[in-house]
Amino acid sequence: MAKEVVKTEKDDIKTPFKEFVRKFKKQKTALVALVFILFLVVLSFISYKIAPYGINEYDYSAIMQGPSSAHWFGTDEFGRDLFSRVICGTRISLAVGLFSVTIGAICGTLLGLIGGYYGGFLDSLIMRICDVLFAFPGIILAIAIVAILGSGLGNVVIAVAVFSTPTFARLVRSATLSLKGSVFVQAAKSLGASDARILFQHILPGAIPNIIVQYTMSIGNSILTASSLSFLGMGAQPPTPEWGLLLSNGRNYMMQSMHITLFPGLAIFLTVLAFNLLGDGLRDALDPKLSE
Amino acid sequence: MLRYLVKRIIEVIPTLILVVTFVFFFVRMIPGDPAQLVAGPQATQEDIEVVREALGLNEPIPTQFVKYVTGLCKGDLGTSLRTKRPVATEIANRYANTVRLTLLSLAWSSVVGILLGVWSGKNRSKWQDYTGMTLAVSGISMPSFWIGFMLIIVFAVNLGWFPTTGADSFANLVLPAFTLGTSVAAVVARFTRSSLIEVLKEDYVRTARAKGIKEKMVVWKHAFRNSMISVVTVIGLQFGFLLGGSVVTESVFAFPGLGSLLIESVNYRDYPAIQSLILIFSLHFIIINLLVDILYAVLNPEIKLS
Repeated sequence: MAKEVVKTEKDDIKTPFKEFVRKFKKQKTALVALVFILFLVVLSFISYKIAPYGINEYDYSAIMQGPSSAHWFGTDEFGRDLFSRVICGTRISLAVGLFSVTIGAICGTLLGLIGGYYGGFLDSLIMRICDVLFAFPGIILAIAIVAILGSGLGNVVIAVAVFSTPTFARLVRSATLSLKGSVFVQAAKSLGASDARILFQHILPGAIPNIIVQYTMSIGNSILTASSLSFLGMGAQPPTPEWGLLLSNGRNYMMQSMHITLFPGLAIFLTVLAFNLLGDGLRDALDPKLSE
Repeated sequence: MLRYLVKRIIEVIPTLILVVTFVFFFVRMIPGDPAQLVAGPQATQEDIEVVREALGLNEPIPTQFVKYVTGLCKGDLGTSLRTKRPVATEIANRYANTVRLTLLSLAWSSVVGILLGVWSGKNRSKWQDYTGMTLAVSGISMPSFWIGFMLIIVFAVNLGWFPTTGADSFANLVLPAFTLGTSVAAVVARFTRSSLIEVLKEDYVRTARAKGIKEKMVVWKHAFRNSMISVVTVIGLQFGFLLGGSVVTESVFAFPGLGSLLIESVNYRDYPAIQSLILIFSLHFIIINLLVDILYAVLNPEIKLS
């Protein structure tokens, strides 16, 4: 008698995560973007070690040179190697983007969970605060906050975190509202689970896909805003090799040497593009409405 | 309809009050003594007192608040510390420039965005779609100040077609409007595409096709008009973001508008001007959001207004 192969349920079960991985693998552009982002992360750790020149290494015999084999991106008005400065700027932009959005996501998620779950006065209060924050165009709010706190990269992180908070709060609140009445939450409640357990073990996982998509999209946006603030002179201060600041510095020499503005801008563009493409791919992979 | 209008307008009032309060406390949140900060490190005690008087900071907070709000109602925004002229005059001088710039940006970006979105949406998953959406995602990923610089280098410096700075003629507006509108065109294109794709799945589109109507008619007459309901609201919302974006664009082109005034005021720590400008930007944003809501209700036959 031939032995029957028994397929256990474990083998062919489709967990949401497996399903997501399967769909995400089909998003070729997003995969490329993900690889590029991982490359940037690695670069941000090793950039200071592999940079051919120091970021503040002056060379007055090589001022404002165009791209060459010695200086791939050319040099600036002090003869500093632009390639070294641009790759070392990776760390700053990634750190600012990740920190600010992470802070905004955590604060917004907590506010959204609390507001959506408890309702009542607390909910109205949180939503009114969000309304006020939403009543300012993002960059204006960031400028207002930097005007209060003073310029500097740390304050830019706070400013961007504040303006990304309400988006997460609204997103998580609406997810909480729709999950609050579901059967599994009612069941957990009747088993005597604490509010914290219900919120973090049962409701939060349901909101995670939306949070991830918003998170990825926000990083691109926050890198753009942060570099805009540095460009306006409110963020990083010289001689930091921040991309927005490098660009703003290049404006004085735009007529003779366009490479000083070209390369830092290209770096911002490619980084933000990668996060936006990854966000698009994640959204398509996580959206249950998009059938194949 | 009237009842809906009144209801929406009343709903905005608490936000307005909160925003005005926020902006009022703005000056008072600055660490240290704002009068000292404004007067500078070398100022004598008397100088500081003069500034304190000018800022109205020597009165109790409730009195200051009442004065501020009554001033606002009369259109009095205080005196600029930088130019020593009324802030309202400073703003009035530049207001029209920013409005012209944002309207022109909105106009071109809506038209281009919608056309690009329709072109991509009706050719879903073909090369047209990939081209259109590559352009669009690039548009939202480019820093506007970089676009501005590249345009200046190519069209102002090398080709000499447009002036680099100023706001006197239409030619002055072209490059800033292009810079400012790029990301909006990209957002509109992405939104138009997904909205059109949704509508093209509807039964009435299938019916129209089954009747043998030409594809051009199906897209433009049946699908396009219905997909526009949500696109119009997105365009309206983008208008608010154009106001914010004007800050960066105006700085790139040294364009004399409200955005560059804000940056000049922040650099000079001209607090009466900063708080008035932030209030003006926010008021516009709130009013535009309100108009968008109302427009959506008017356009969308599914919303019962009674």
